[in-house]
Amino acid sequence: MSDVEARAAATELPATSADTAERYYLASQWTLMRRRFTRHRLAIIGLAVLGALYFVALFAEFFATQDIYRRDSDHLYAPPQRIRFVGEDGLSLRPFVYPWRVELDLETFRNRYAPDTSRKAYLRFFARGDEYELWGLFPSRIHLLGVDEGTLFLLGADKFGRDNYSRSLYAARTSLSIGLVGVALAFVLGCALGGVSGFFGGAADMAIQRLIEFMQSVPQIPLWMALSAAVPRQWGPLQVYLSITIILSLVGWTGLARVVRGKLLQLREEDFVMAARIAGSTAPSIIVRHLLPSFLSFLIVSLTLSIPGMILGETALSFLGLGLRPPTVSWGVLLKEAQNVRTIELHPWMMIPGLMVIVTVLCYNFVGDGLRDAADPYKSN
Amino acid sequence: MTAYVVRRVFYMMITLALVSVVGFAIIQLPPGDFLTTHLRQLGITGTQLSEEELQDIRAYYGLDKPGYMQYFVWVANMLRGDLGESYSYRIPVGELLGDRLPLTVLVSLLTIVVTFLLAVPIGIYSATHQYSLGDYTATVFGFVGLATPNFMLALLLMWISLSWFGFPITGLFSSEYLDQPWSVAKFLDMMLHLPVAILVVATGGTAGLIRVMRGSLLDELQKQYVITARSKGLVERTLLFKYPVRIAINPIISGIGAVFPEIVSGTIITAIVLNLPTVGPLLFNALTQEDMQLAASIVMVLSVLTVIGVFVSDMLLVWLDPRIRFGSERSAA
Repeated sequence: MSDVEARAAATELPATSADTAERYYLASQWTLMRRRFTRHRLAIIGLAVLGALYFVALFAEFFATQDIYRRDSDHLYAPPQRIRFVGEDGLSLRPFVYPWRVELDLETFRNRYAPDTSRKAYLRFFARGDEYELWGLFPSRIHLLGVDEGTLFLLGADKFGRDNYSRSLYAARTSLSIGLVGVALAFVLGCALGGVSGFFGGAADMAIQRLIEFMQSVPQIPLWMALSAAVPRQWGPLQVYLSITIILSLVGWTGLARVVRGKLLQLREEDFVMAARIAGSTAPSIIVRHLLPSFLSFLIVSLTLSIPGMILGETALSFLGLGLRPPTVSWGVLLKEAQNVRTIELHPWMMIPGLMVIVTVLCYNFVGDGLRDAADPYKSN
Repeated sequence: MTAYVVRRVFYMMITLALVSVVGFAIIQLPPGDFLTTHLRQLGITGTQLSEEELQDIRAYYGLDKPGYMQYFVWVANMLRGDLGESYSYRIPVGELLGDRLPLTVLVSLLTIVVTFLLAVPIGIYSATHQYSLGDYTATVFGFVGLATPNFMLALLLMWISLSWFGFPITGLFSSEYLDQPWSVAKFLDMMLHLPVAILVVATGGTAGLIRVMRGSLLDELQKQYVITARSKGLVERTLLFKYPVRIAINPIISGIGAVFPEIVSGTIITAIVLNLPTVGPLLFNALTQEDMQLAASIVMVLSVLTVIGVFVSDMLLVWLDPRIRFGSERSAA
């Protein structure tokens, strides 16, 4: 009994009152989708985490603790500094970090780090630090976190003593945006080619289908590697960024084109299209007003699910040194520093950008799964 | 059935032709032809060539002909098995690939087998024990496996082997066997090294296939024929493997076609990180040294192998699924 009730409540079946029943039947497809999506707990969590990531990436200059190119030769490969509330002298209400006491190990010629418990560096919110220009427009010195004196390496430092935390945040901007820009390009290509293929059929359809088949049956990574290796060395960061994005979206559009074509083929035979035609609608207006809305949800799902592939692709290419190149920072570029097993053993914090990649891709997959379930009208309501 | 096979072969030919165009484009991509690079290097060493000598060299390599003619010459050479000469290694590309190609194929095929052997049973278990602890574990593994870049997994396993055995497992052979001819000992040594490489590449594919298998089997299990069979008193095990699994496995088989290019891709990056003696590191070196002749050949050979692999998996599907064999267009498309 309780099981049935629980299921009814969980699926919002019109079991409780006539009022909810009516609302259910009158709800638009989008409302139903939103309801189904909000019930997908993992997808909601994924969406929240992604939202937070993109927000931080958008204001990376503010959230970073220092300039990402500032080198600190006294703190090469400094380990992460832990934020503490409890020190040697008991509880402190203000969070603080201990600065590193650095000693040179004369056998290995590496720095040895130990927390200097005699000095506390209190964390300051909205602290003044390195100068920056937000989006290259608004000059400021305010950072979310900072310390009055000493260093603040929340995620450790790299081989030049640059702050891994700040660099990871700036890298998030590059890596996260590459997925979106790439998908936007793939969207245009996919809609155009898939649309032509599905709506006109015939020879154009045949040619485009073979092209898609070709793109899908060729191993991506070697092709990506070869194409991105051909990007001229002397190109600037923006040009390299754009060309890598284009290379990534060259493969990404095929899945989308398949969806568009399939849906168009299926829908153009439907009665409502015939009705619109009889009512005197023109072909473009049928496509835009009637056909597109009916499979827009599938497009969104397909787009969401193709973003992770692009992020992983960029990471892999940059990791190999064939994608984005320093001074541009992306998660792949940062991971290039962690290329050998010794680095992981001695400086495991250099792998943290990789964790960020995993979390991002995981969240995109959750959201994509949730959207797919929500967009499927035949799934239990 | 015959019509279907013939059509598929025809499509495969078109794909291969497109692959060759891309391969040729890769050679042509860097500004200038390879002679320009060569001349620059000669200039560094102080050798000067007269205009006449230059023309001779151009004619010798066919660089004086228009682009499309160069393409046809290149394709014709390739069909005869002549892949040209590697610019950086100064030996024919065919020789370079000779040792590495069989190992690449071996690693890729074994990976597919392992992917299958892992994904199908786990998928079946997940579907028959929906929402159990095992199902959740498989789901978590699936999602994390899909989200982890191959190279990170490779690095991680290297690190684990370093901390457990005291040395990182890289390559396919221990150093003492590297230049040895094949022997039983060398073969056994390779068998020790293979699992790490295969495990790394297989993870991504397995993760995806588990979800496909689980989903399609769950769909089948809800169907009425399953209930009928059950009410007839058929033993659950016999029922499961005789009907729903047989149907649910079809998307997996047709999925090989899609997974195959991914696995070849995955092998490349993993091979670079683990330094396997496959074509992966060779491609990487070729690209970093702008040896486009070699790079294009590798991309070509890999693509051709993949296209053939996809074709074979499609034929397998025809053999497995009577609906396609008897000419139902819908499921074939």
